[in-house]
Amino acid sequence: MDIFSVLYYRFKKVWKAIRLYLVIAGPGLVVMIADNDAGGITTYAATGAQYGYHLIWFLLLLIPVAYYVQEMTVRLGAVTKRGHAEAIFESFGAFWGWFSLIDLMIVDWLTLVTEFVGMTAALSIFGVPAWLTVILVVLLMGIIVLNGRYWTWEKIALGFCLLNLIYIPAAFMVNPSIASIVGQGLIPNLPGGFNNELFFLLMANIGTTIAPWMLFFQQSSVVDKGLLEKDIKMGKLDTFIGSIITVAVAIFIVIVTGTLLHGAPIDDAATAARMLMKTNHYIGAFMAIGLFDAGLLGAICISLASSWAFGEIFGWAHSLNTKVKEAPWFYISFFITLATAGVVPLIPGAPLVLITLFVQVVAVTLLPAALVFLILLLNDKKTMGEYANTLLQNIVSTMIVVLIIILSTLYGISALFPNLFK
Amino acid sequence: MRMLKQFISKIREINQRYAKPKIEMSKGVSFSLAVLRIYLFVLVLLMIYKFITVIKVL
Repeated sequence: MDIFSVLYYRFKKVWKAIRLYLVIAGPGLVVMIADNDAGGITTYAATGAQYGYHLIWFLLLLIPVAYYVQEMTVRLGAVTKRGHAEAIFESFGAFWGWFSLIDLMIVDWLTLVTEFVGMTAALSIFGVPAWLTVILVVLLMGIIVLNGRYWTWEKIALGFCLLNLIYIPAAFMVNPSIASIVGQGLIPNLPGGFNNELFFLLMANIGTTIAPWMLFFQQSSVVDKGLLEKDIKMGKLDTFIGSIITVAVAIFIVIVTGTLLHGAPIDDAATAARMLMKTNHYIGAFMAIGLFDAGLLGAICISLASSWAFGEIFGWAHSLNTKVKEAPWFYISFFITLATAGVVPLIPGAPLVLITLFVQVVAVTLLPAALVFLILLLNDKKTMGEYANTLLQNIVSTMIVVLIIILSTLYGISALFPNLFK
Repeated sequence: MRMLKQFISKIREINQRYAKPKIEMSKGVSFSLAVLRIYLFVLVLLMIYKFITVIKVL
């Protein structure tokens, strides 16, 4: 065989793999990029403003953390063909099932409120009133969801994921010093020593990387897409690429705020966008557009995570491949969750700060349970067969889960008792 | 009223359907669930304590 034939054969093989990936890609990319939701953008903006490039190395460590947790949902979904809520009910009984479902409903709704807060704040920078933003978002999400096809929904969601990359050109526009990024950011260091402020920010970064809704969303998404055991390899690749993109976006946000707003007090991403506008109008606008997109992506995924979970347990038809007539309760629960959460930021004097704190606290009650269930389910050899966790996977995932549980618990407790760690 | 009755009967049906956990209750599983129960119990106590202290301040 001559060299051209070998090259042609290899090219065909690679092209076939790429085409297969493009068919299967979706759940992992969407969940990971949606992980950079409005709350996440605020955390990264604050990280950059407070510590410059110094914590970039820590963000890089979050790639394996996010990947190892989320890839387990791919395997579980593809093998059992059940969502996470149904898997918990079936394997651990009604008590743990209801606990998870009700907790998920509360966490999702509260998180949705924070997404709407982020979206309204982002568009207010362009002079769009909050009520109009809420109406536009609900209408837009209606159009996306009601098309009756999972495939179409996923491609539109991927389009919004692409918009999330807006922070990359923004980071290049601020002309950061590459030498400083490498010197300060890539060598592990704790700026100013290990203190409570730094600890709180590290916990916040981990808290935004793994959220309870992500586990429920990705597993249900894998099931709705119809991924099978043979698709697990590509599903894992999808999740891995997604985890790299989500951390890359986070790093670019840190670079933007670390370059232009280093030392400035940042409470939320909208404030950062306003401050950036004074320095460079386009960068500020990019920040605001990115924040809106992040909130929208988060809202799309979170409201679906709840509706899928309810559908699984109550036995309603619960697929994006169904029309409204075929799955009325699925769509009704989707819009009720969405509309009620959207109304909250419009209420004058609504306790939005309290809601943000409450999200962190309630999430701490659900996340450890959902993660423990995940590992136990992945060790159920009777169900998982050859896709059960190996010893190495168990060691890595257990270490990650224990770390997440400890840090997210401390994060939740510090939200409850702010003076405890001072 | 009819809807509420239907809802309650649906909840009962779900409770019956998932009455028995299907996972094999090995020592590891039982231990994990017990630790989880204690963890949640402590967390709920902390939340109640916080709630009471906030009410007292008000």
